[in-house]
Amino acid sequence: MSIRNSLLALLERGPMHGYQLRAAFEASVGGTWSLNIGQVYTTLSRLERDELVAALPENDEGQRPYEITARGRTELNQWFATPIDRADRPRDELAIKLALAMTTPGVDLASVVQTQRVAGIRALQEYTRLKVSGGGDPDDPSWLLVLEAMIFQTEAEIRWLDFCEATILRKRTVPVPKTDAPVAARQTGPKVAGA
Amino acid sequence: MTVLEFRDVHRTHGDGESAVHALRGVHLTVRPGELVAVMGPSGSGKSTLLNLAGGLDLPSHGEVLVEGVALDTLSHRGLAEVRRRTIGYVFQDFNLLPSLTAVENVALPLELDGTGIREARRAALSALGDIGIADLARRFPDEMSGGQQQRVAIARALVGDRRLVLADEPTGALDSQTGELVLRVLRDRVDAGAAGLLVTHEARHAGWADRVIFLRDGSIVDTSGPLASVTDLLEPTP
Ligand SMILES: Nc1ncnc2c1ncn2[C@@H]1O[C@H](COP(=O)(O)OP(=O)(O)OP(=O)(O)O)[C@@H](O)[C@H]1O
Ligand SMILES: [Mg+2]
Repeated sequence: MSIRNSLLALLERGPMHGYQLRAAFEASVGGTWSLNIGQVYTTLSRLERDELVAALPENDEGQRPYEITARGRTELNQWFATPIDRADRPRDELAIKLALAMTTPGVDLASVVQTQRVAGIRALQEYTRLKVSGGGDPDDPSWLLVLEAMIFQTEAEIRWLDFCEATILRKRTVPVPKTDAPVAARQTGPKVAGA
Repeated sequence: MTVLEFRDVHRTHGDGESAVHALRGVHLTVRPGELVAVMGPSGSGKSTLLNLAGGLDLPSHGEVLVEGVALDTLSHRGLAEVRRRTIGYVFQDFNLLPSLTAVENVALPLELDGTGIREARRAALSALGDIGIADLARRFPDEMSGGQQQRVAIARALVGDRRLVLADEPTGALDSQTGELVLRVLRDRVDAGAAGLLVTHEARHAGWADRVIFLRDGSIVDTSGPLASVTDLLEPTP
């Protein structure tokens, strides 16, 4: 996720200083993600170095607003015009963890799955509460987009867990390291299926 | 005050070799203002649990209490009255009466209960409005889509002063926006003081609940074994 491009997008509304940018960012994501002010200033100074934003004179409170430059605008438009490449996203840690859990002897797969499922449901409960309580600006519902994205992703993860539990995880076989004597792979079927 | 309570409830179908243990020793309480979601794989006993809560089925062992009254101690008539008056039940199939319009279907439980026709109709119209289909009030079931009929059934379950609302996959035939509306209506009902029990396989719907219980092979698996802390985890943070 690009904080750089987010800040450019916010500056397209007009000049803002660091604290304003942070507040505007958090309002846009419905409070689901908070930036620390250090991150904002580091990013601003990089943007300034790359001539994508320009610093304006400090105001009376000693805060320095920034404005987007023509180059910054080009970069921003490019960001909006380019789809996000799935390959650029981080690998799915959970899928990797589950694959390893499935092939590691002695791991209680059912409880690994259930623990993750419960964590997902809890997250959904929190997101739903946030949604119902109207966490963001009622006149600008864009924050709901972010919240719904998180709800859909969590839902997808839980459906994926349900699916895996009912199909792939039932076929668990723990591979046995090759030794001199041939050994048949161990089956732990009933434990996984029944738990 | 507890609206719904299960005390060591078992439900077994058949006997001997072929006995099916649909529920094995379920304990559960649901209070006013509380929405509890029930999740679990197919065949784990979710509908059985809901049918018992609604007095549509009786336990083989243990007790189901609604507002402190054990349902198996009630006469046929008493049970029918509790079902009509206290409990709102959204079935997996909607059971609308084909010869009645939407508003008549929704008003029926109130009328059966002695509410005057005018007032029953007014309440029914408002229930249809809550769920976004006031304009279909005069349609007969066979003049409505599946999702619309389902919404009429939901309005019927929620009309009047139901202190216990039971829903078994209430969003089955609905698109996701309408599903969301149904959950909102259900949540509002519960926030206004009803107790709710919602069977769902959709995690996003369970997200609307204050508590989620997981059934597996007829048991709630959140109170024992590796899942000891699930209930605590799912308790809303104050
Ligand atoms: N009348 C009956 N006679 C025999 N067995 C029954 C009867 N009703 C339910 N069962 C069995 O009891 C178990 C629990 O059924 P139940 O309908 O409660 O499951 P469920 O969790 O609601 O499943 P689904 O998600 O598929 O709706 C199942 O094994 C089912 O086959
Ligand atoms: Mg069922």
